[in-house]
Amino acid sequence: MRSLLPVLTVLAVIVGIWYLAVAPMNVRVALDQAERAGAEVMPEGSVPRRAVSVWRLMAQNSEHVGLGYALERPRLPTPAQVGGELWRTTGEMIQKGRPFSKRGLIYHGWITLQSTLWGFLLGTSLGIAGAVAIVYSRTADLSLMPWAIISQTIPIVALAPMIIVLTSQVGVESRGVPKAIISAYLCFFPVLVGMVKGLRAPQPSELDLLRTYNASGLQSFLMLRLPASVPYLFTSLKVGIAAALVGTIVGELPTGAISGLGARILIGDQFGTPLAIWSALFAAAVLAGTLVSLLDVTQRVTLRRMGMQA
Amino acid sequence: MSWLVLACVVWAAGWGANIALARGAWNATRLVRIAVPVIFGLTILVMWEALVRGFGVSPVILPAPSAVAQTFVASLGTLWVDFQQTVIKGALRGFVIGAAAAFVAAVLIDRSAFLTRGLLPIGNFVAALPIVGIAPVLVNWFGFDWQSKAAVVVVMVFFPILVNTVQGLNEASAMQRDLMRTYAAGYWQTLLRLRLPAAMPFIFNGLKIATTLALIGAIVAEYFGSPTRGMGFRISTGVGSLSIDLVWAEIAVAALAGTAFYGIVAGIEKRVTFWHPSQRK
Repeated sequence: MRSLLPVLTVLAVIVGIWYLAVAPMNVRVALDQAERAGAEVMPEGSVPRRAVSVWRLMAQNSEHVGLGYALERPRLPTPAQVGGELWRTTGEMIQKGRPFSKRGLIYHGWITLQSTLWGFLLGTSLGIAGAVAIVYSRTADLSLMPWAIISQTIPIVALAPMIIVLTSQVGVESRGVPKAIISAYLCFFPVLVGMVKGLRAPQPSELDLLRTYNASGLQSFLMLRLPASVPYLFTSLKVGIAAALVGTIVGELPTGAISGLGARILIGDQFGTPLAIWSALFAAAVLAGTLVSLLDVTQRVTLRRMGMQA
Repeated sequence: MSWLVLACVVWAAGWGANIALARGAWNATRLVRIAVPVIFGLTILVMWEALVRGFGVSPVILPAPSAVAQTFVASLGTLWVDFQQTVIKGALRGFVIGAAAAFVAAVLIDRSAFLTRGLLPIGNFVAALPIVGIAPVLVNWFGFDWQSKAAVVVVMVFFPILVNTVQGLNEASAMQRDLMRTYAAGYWQTLLRLRLPAAMPFIFNGLKIATTLALIGAIVAEYFGSPTRGMGFRISTGVGSLSIDLVWAEIAVAALAGTAFYGIVAGIEKRVTFWHPSQRK
C-alpha cells in the first residue's frame, strides 16, 4: 500500500507524456485531413510538408493540432481512444448479448488463453520432469543442463514458422498445437531451473534424517524434496506463464493466424487499423497481469497452508 | 531399416558413454563437463540424420542435418548479408541504445526514492508483457530498414535492464554506505566506487536476459516488413517457397549468434564481477 501513491504518480506521468506525444506524432496526418476538408494549411500539399519538422508544422498550424487527437487511423492513438476501442470490443459486446462474437476481443483473448494454458501445462510438466531427472541422475545433469541453457539463447521466433510447417505436415490440423509448442518451449526453462534449485534446497542433514527413518527414495522425494521446492516452483511458474503468453503471441504473429490476440495485431497491421493493434496489445497486457496475479494469490494461499509464510 | 537400427545403436552408445563418463573417476574435470553435453548433442544430430533417412522424410518437411550443412556452406554469402542486417544492424545497435538508455534512466530514477517505489512495480509488470506485439507499430513508424528493428529491440530490452539496474543500485548495504560517508565521499564517488560495482551482478543479469530478447525482437520485426535481406525476411520467404534447408541454415545462424552473444556478455560478466560468490571457484 505504501507504494500505491508513487505507482499512481508514475502512471499519471506516463499517460501525460503519451498525450503530449500524440500531437507531434499525428500532426502530419491531421494536417492532410484538414487540407482535404478545405482548411488552409501553412505549407500547402503533403509532399512539401514532409520537408518541414513536426514542431514547425505544429507552431504554424496550431488551430489544427487538436484534430490529431480524434483521428480514425492515427499513428499514435490517445489512451482514451484505446480505452474506447477496448470497451467497444469487450464490454459493449457483452451488453449486446454476444460476448463471444468473433469481432470482440473476448473471443480472441480466449483463443490465446487456451494455447497459453496448454503450452504452460506442457512446458511446466516437461520442466518438472527434466528437473527430477537432473536432480536424480548425474548423467542427465551433465548432458541436459548445458543444452537447456543453450536452448534459451536460440531465438525461438526463428523456429516458429518451422514448427507450424512441421505440425501441419505431420497432420495436426489444429492451429492451437504449434502455438502451444512454442509457448511450452519458452516456459519450460524457468520452471526447469527453478525446480532444480528447489529440489536441491533440502540440507544434507535433512536428507540424512530421512535416511535414519529408513525412508525410501520415493518417500524422501514426496515428503522432503517436493514440499521444499514449492516456493521455488511458484516463483518460476509466474515467470513461466508470462513467457508462455509471449510464446503464444509470437506464435500467432508471423504465421497468418486468423484468431487470437496476436492475429488481431497482425490483421490490424495489414488493414491499417492502428486502434485494433493497440487494443489487442492492451488486452494482452491485461491477460498477462491477470494470469500472474492469479498465480501470485495461489502462491500465497498455498504457502500459508503449508506453513511456509506468515 | 538399417538407418533405424543405426539410430538406436548410436543413441545407446552415446547415452552409455555419457553414463560411463558421468560415473567415472574424472567426472568433475573440465574435460568431462564439456565432453558429455557435446556427445549428447552429436547423438541427437546423428539420430536426426538417421531417422530422416530411415523414414524417407521429404526434405520439404524436415531436411537432414547433412543437407542443412551443405546449404549452409553453399549460401555463406547470403547468410552473412542476413547476419549483418539482422544481428549487427538491428539487434546489436538496438541492444546498445536500449541498454544505455535503461542504465541512464535507472541512475536518474535511483536519486528519488519516490520514483523508485513507483517505477519498480510498473517496470516489473511491463517486463512480463508480450512487448513483441508492438513490432508492427514500430515498423510502421520507422520504416522497413534496420531503424525499426533497432527500435523494437530498444523497447524490448529497456525494462528488464532498468528493473535489474535499479534493484542492483540498492544492493550496497547501509553499513557500506556509511563507510563511504565516513570517507567523506560524495554522491558520485559513492556511485562509482561502491554502488555501481555492487550492482554489476544485477546489471549483467538484465543484460543476459536482454541478449535473447534483442534477437527475438529483431527477427520478429522483420516479419512485418524489411528490405530484401535479413534473417526474419529469409525465414518467412523460405517457408513460403519451400526452401526449408535454407530456413534451417538461418536457424543455425540465429542459434550460433544467440549463443555467441550470450557467451560474450557472460564472459564480460566473469571479468567484471570476479569477486561475486557465484563466480568464485
